[in-house]
Amino acid sequence: MNVTVEIERRDSDPVKPEWACPSCHQPARLADLRANLMVCPHCGFHLRIGARERIRQLVDEGTFRELWSNVLTLDPLKFTDLETYPERVREAQAKTGLNEAIVTGTAAVDGTQCVLAVMDFGFMGGSMGSVVGEKLWRSTELAAGEDLPLVAVCSSGGARMQEGILSLMQMAKTSCAVDLINEATSPFVTILADPCTGGVVASFATLADICIAEPGAQLYFTGPRVIAETTHEKLPQGFGSAERNLQLGHLDAVVARKDLRVRVGNYLRLLGGGEEPDRVTTTIGRERGKGGMGQTALERAKAFATYARRPFVRGDREAAGEAEEPAAREPSP
Amino acid sequence: MTVEIARHKGRPRTRDYIGYLIDGFEELKGDRLRADDPAIVGGLGWFRGRAVLVVGHQKGTTLDEQELHSWGMAKPEGYRKAQRLFALAERHGLPVLSFVDTPGAYPGVAAEEGGQARAIADTMLRMARLSVPVIATVIGEGGSGGALALAVADRVLMQENATYSVITPEGCAAILWRDAAFAPQAAEALKPTAAHLLELGVVERIVAEPRGGAHHNPEVAAASVAEAISEALAELDGIAPQERRRRRRERFRQLGQWFDPELPPGTLSLFGGYSTALR
Ligand SMILES: [Zn+2]
Repeated sequence: MNVTVEIERRDSDPVKPEWACPSCHQPARLADLRANLMVCPHCGFHLRIGARERIRQLVDEGTFRELWSNVLTLDPLKFTDLETYPERVREAQAKTGLNEAIVTGTAAVDGTQCVLAVMDFGFMGGSMGSVVGEKLWRSTELAAGEDLPLVAVCSSGGARMQEGILSLMQMAKTSCAVDLINEATSPFVTILADPCTGGVVASFATLADICIAEPGAQLYFTGPRVIAETTHEKLPQGFGSAERNLQLGHLDAVVARKDLRVRVGNYLRLLGGGEEPDRVTTTIGRERGKGGMGQTALERAKAFATYARRPFVRGDREAAGEAEEPAAREPSP
Repeated sequence: MTVEIARHKGRPRTRDYIGYLIDGFEELKGDRLRADDPAIVGGLGWFRGRAVLVVGHQKGTTLDEQELHSWGMAKPEGYRKAQRLFALAERHGLPVLSFVDTPGAYPGVAAEEGGQARAIADTMLRMARLSVPVIATVIGEGGSGGALALAVADRVLMQENATYSVITPEGCAAILWRDAAFAPQAAEALKPTAAHLLELGVVERIVAEPRGGAHHNPEVAAASVAEAISEALAELDGIAPQERRRRRRERFRQLGQWFDPELPPGTLSLFGGYSTALR
């Protein structure tokens, strides 16, 4: 499990609590904290969680199939600051157990099959470089091509400076990816988790059909420090918070972590031609289009695996001829 | 150091290029929601006898002008003005010529709370959707998302001494070196030069400037820009409208370098995974 809490304590230690909330300062046991989805049981403060933990909480148990985990970071600029870029990447990999700042795949959310992309702030601040952009592109392409919804959990400090201009270009790349998924009319939902800033919040993260955030998440393009240094303005109370963004009209809803699965699942059914929950007769989800949703879970996993191995050298869907459809993705009877 | 020429006070601005390139320019103001942002100028005019839409960041030259135009740092109303002008161009089949010259989007409370993030994102998405030809020219500082918002184009041209970067050298130094004094090192590491961007495929063409920079002879600089735009436009005219949109998407899709061991051998390219067959 990829959690951010690293406080250790012996059971015999009578003084120091296992964990103290950074917001309300009340103590809690780590086991209770985990059971409460890494949300403070006293005040509801949402701790940051890694991609693996997020997936565990958000999707139906055992439904996640990871794709493209082996797409690896290069060093196009041979970038060195106080450390080399490859060193920073290796450290982030060791710390998070992930290859990059995003985990992608397919899963069911409250019964609806979808493509899932989850960013991990623990990996170099969730920064968006070429790999993040590429995996997001593939996610939208899969969603568009398979008539599946896309759910993205966004948590990022912005562009990956170490990839220079190419990291900036990922903003354009992911915005073009949104054009692709919009054209296919696949539902697209983003969940903004603390913090979501810079180039990510100014590209695909805010371009979704439905854009929600977790309570207390910090969301902004330009941060308080830069504003203070440049314009010397006084920041209003709650600047950049999810709650204030909701008030200002920039979000559809602020949703507590414990409610995310059901709320997102409902969005997907509402937008994707699904049925009202109490009328659903199976838990498989919708059977729309030729996305193979009538297949068994195993058949679907195989089909996605075939898709994942396919070289990504084709054009956009609108230009791709039917003849290019791989045999393994034929619609089931 | 290139950054200094790109930021030179006397460097021709978007309005100067409009003056040299566009006949009968009709400026169109306002976002039709709440305001007009002077940091982005736009309007209709004739480029070599053809009706076009022009949109660009305006920095200003004198201190008064610079203050009026917020040094080319646009607010949400500026990006929304660009969006509604893009829609106008699309409706009437006019090519879009954009000029990029900004240190970045405006970093203020009202801009943030007015939806800066979404305004930038939406501008990129609406540019991506256009079926008319779109040509962007980086004429000074191409600073971060605030610059890119006007550069989701079919062809991106860049003047020899212009820069285009994910972050200012000062900002990068402050974060990665924890000291803005390391800006020269950051500028070196970020490689924001036209030559490097051409190599990465981020721009299609470098536009030559008079010796010492565009400010030494703006008229000659503008003539080179006009020639480059004209050639790019001729190329794009030969492509069907929806195909232009598809190729624009494909253009940005290919930007980035990564390695995918699961791709069959032979499909790898310099770009770390892409088949060269697409280029
Ligand atoms: Zn608490």
